[in-house]
Order: sequence, then C-alpha cells, then structure tokens
Amino acid sequence: MLDPTNIRFVLNGAETELTVDAAELLVDILRGPCKLKGTKRSCDVEVCGACTVLVDGLPVSSCTTLAVDVEGKKVTTIEGLSENGKLSKVQQAFVDHAAMQCGFCTSGMVLATTALLEQKPHASEAEIRHFLRGNICRCTGYVKILEAVKSLV
Amino acid sequence: MFLIPFTHHRPVSLDEVFETLAKHGDDAAVYAGGTELLLALKARVLRYEHLIDLKRVKELSGIRIEGEELVIGALATHHQIANNDLVQAHVPAYAALSEEIANIRVRAAGTLAGNLAFAEPHSDPPSLLSAMDATLILVSSGGKRGVPMREFILSDFTTAREENELIAEIRIPVTAAGEGFAYRKFGHLERPAVGASAGCVMRGGKPSYRLWFGAIGDRPLHAKEIEDAIAGVPAASLPEALPKVARDFASGISTASDLHGSADYKQHLASVLIQRALAAACEAAQSRGAANA
Repeated sequence: MLDPTNIRFVLNGAETELTVDAAELLVDILRGPCKLKGTKRSCDVEVCGACTVLVDGLPVSSCTTLAVDVEGKKVTTIEGLSENGKLSKVQQAFVDHAAMQCGFCTSGMVLATTALLEQKPHASEAEIRHFLRGNICRCTGYVKILEAVKSLV
Repeated sequence: MFLIPFTHHRPVSLDEVFETLAKHGDDAAVYAGGTELLLALKARVLRYEHLIDLKRVKELSGIRIEGEELVIGALATHHQIANNDLVQAHVPAYAALSEEIANIRVRAAGTLAGNLAFAEPHSDPPSLLSAMDATLILVSSGGKRGVPMREFILSDFTTAREENELIAEIRIPVTAAGEGFAYRKFGHLERPAVGASAGCVMRGGKPSYRLWFGAIGDRPLHAKEIEDAIAGVPAASLPEALPKVARDFASGISTASDLHGSADYKQHLASVLIQRALAAACEAAQSRGAANA
C-alpha cells in the first residue's frame, strides 16, 4: 500500500473520507484536518487518557493509534456526544457535579465513562474505579468525577 | 511524538503476510493493536520501513475450545479475552488477569499475541501462562510448530520466534475439576513491578503446586525450589509450610533496583505475592472441584 492513502470512517456520526499518511496518528488527524481540538495530547504513551476517543464504542488512546487503523470504523470524540446542542447525560452529570478543574482530562473522562455505561449501565463503584483507572486527573479531582459517574448508575 | 514514515501493508491472508515478510525481511514488522510497537517507534527505539497490519487476516482471529484446550487467536484483544464466555468458563484465572492488564484503552486495542511477541519483561500474561503450561503455535511459510510458553521468552524483548514466524494462536489447557490458578501483582506504575502466578493441581487427593514469577527478572521465573519444598503438603497446611520457603526463595531472586522499586523491595513483593497467589489458587481449586463434582 502506497502513501498517502484514503481512509473512510464514521466520525461523530458523519461519513468521513480523508487522505492521510500511513505514519499519521489518529490524534493528529482529529486535531489537525478534522479541527476537533477537544481530544487532548498529553503523556503520548497510553497512560494518562487525555487523548481517549471511542473506536467502535471502546476507548482507545488516539496518540498511539494509526489513523489508517480506523478505516471502516466508528470514531467518537467529545464533540460527538451532544445532540442538537444538548449535552449527553454523562456531560451533564460532569457539569452538575463540577467534576472538573482545569478540564484537560475531562474529554477523556467523559468518553471513558460513556463507554463504561454502555457496557455496564449499573456499574458498581469498584467497577467505575477499575474502568477509569487509566484516566488521570492531575488536578486530583477524582472525588467529584466519581460522584458524577455514580449519579448515572 | 510523530512517527518516521513507513509503508503500510494490509494483507488479508497468511500467505500474503509471508510474501510481504519475505520481500522486506527485517525492514518489516507485523502488528495488530500497535500498543507496544507504536510506542517503541515513537520513542525511536525501533525503526521499520514497512509495517504489516495483521488485523484482516482471518486465520488469526477467534477464541474457541479444541479438545482440552482453549485456543486464543493472535488477533484477540485483552478486552475480548477478558469478556469471552469460553475463557471465563474454562480458564477463569486467565480471564481475570486479562481484565487487569494496563488500562481499558490498552486492553481494547492490544492483543495477547502482540504482548508475548514483544516480550517486555514488565508484562502480566507470561508467568500465569507458564504456570498453566500454555503452548504458542508459531506459523511461517514453511509450516508450523508449537513452543511451550515456558520456553518462548528467552530474555527481555527476545523470544524463540524466528523473524519469518508469527504467533498464530495461544493454546491454554482447560482448567479441570480440582485445579485452580491465580495471579497477583503489584506496582506503582502502569506495568507490574512483580507478578506472581500459582496453580494448585489435585491428583488422587494429593496436591501439587506450580509457581512462577513475572516482571521481576528478564523472563518468567520458575520457583521450582518452592514447588519441591511444598509438594504434597495439603492446602490447609500451607500457611505454616510456605512462608519461610517463599521468603528464602524470593531473597535469592536476582533482580535490579530500578524505577519499579529497589531489589529488596521487589524480593519482598515476590514473597508476599506468591503466598497470596497460591492461597487464591487453592481456593479456586476447591471451588472448581465442588462445582464439577
């Protein structure tokens, strides 16, 4: 397969076609050509969760995913959660519980929570903690985040 | 960090993979989840002109039971393995380990085969798969061969896999009635500082034990001296028989002080974790015996 290559995928519900280089990372095409800056790059080694997006409903680190690997898949970023200007239930719960301080981890937290509730609508506190273990809040606002998620189960 | 450009290949059959590998030799690397390879490429630790994506090679997919073995295809992700009914029913300890690997993003993308092929020492699966006596099936254009998990990892980042071979599947003996396995780990970082795997196998009312350590050395470590010292000791007597031999063995493990902890701290962890793992394995063996009686 020669570079550059065309990829087709569903981005936040919309059929999307892009020309990318094989070595381009998902986070770069989202923040670059797709102009979706809600996905944050931070640790760059799959540890912090700031760059979390959902691929076919599961969280992945967009900093360590090749753009060519989302060919044919559904990608959801933080911009894709609200509908007709109305926040999703998870987004609203984070607002209601003030579950953010600087906000840098929030996109990833909200997306990971969205994936968790899809799999386990009645997740226990232990399951919530386990699932969100890979999303780091360096303001250490975990208690509020946990309260927001617990309000949804 | 950006990646140095490479040519991307997307074969749909094993034959096509072998053709591409033969053409590009050690300029090419195969990948599926990319959770380890992409990090190494970003860090400039590795460099390849060609990346071969295996995700569309159907021969490498699936999780199934064949005879007395659970067969995990090379494309199965940690998340799929952890949540698979067959894995949960037939090798429950491995399903539990899978659910505890790294974080959900790594589990959603990363595969067991990729993890084993990379052979990063601070990894969860190898010690338990060694205790369970799993076998890796390696394929090449010349055919296939089985390599016991216990012999697969030679040292850090080095395995018995030849350059022209792929891991096609991982075969784990089904945990039978009266058998139990467990894995315990601890670490302050994303990866385990020390992992301990234990098996309890009852044969004719007599127990025998399998004990392996992971992450503390550059390859899985067989705790044969502990196994020999407690062979035949009933599970109920292990709290008296095990601690001293576990401590003695652990204090002799050759390990280095590093970011994961000092050498003596890791030796301490090894002693504690193997005792906890074995207690859990014995409990699992007892309940599995009852469930299948």
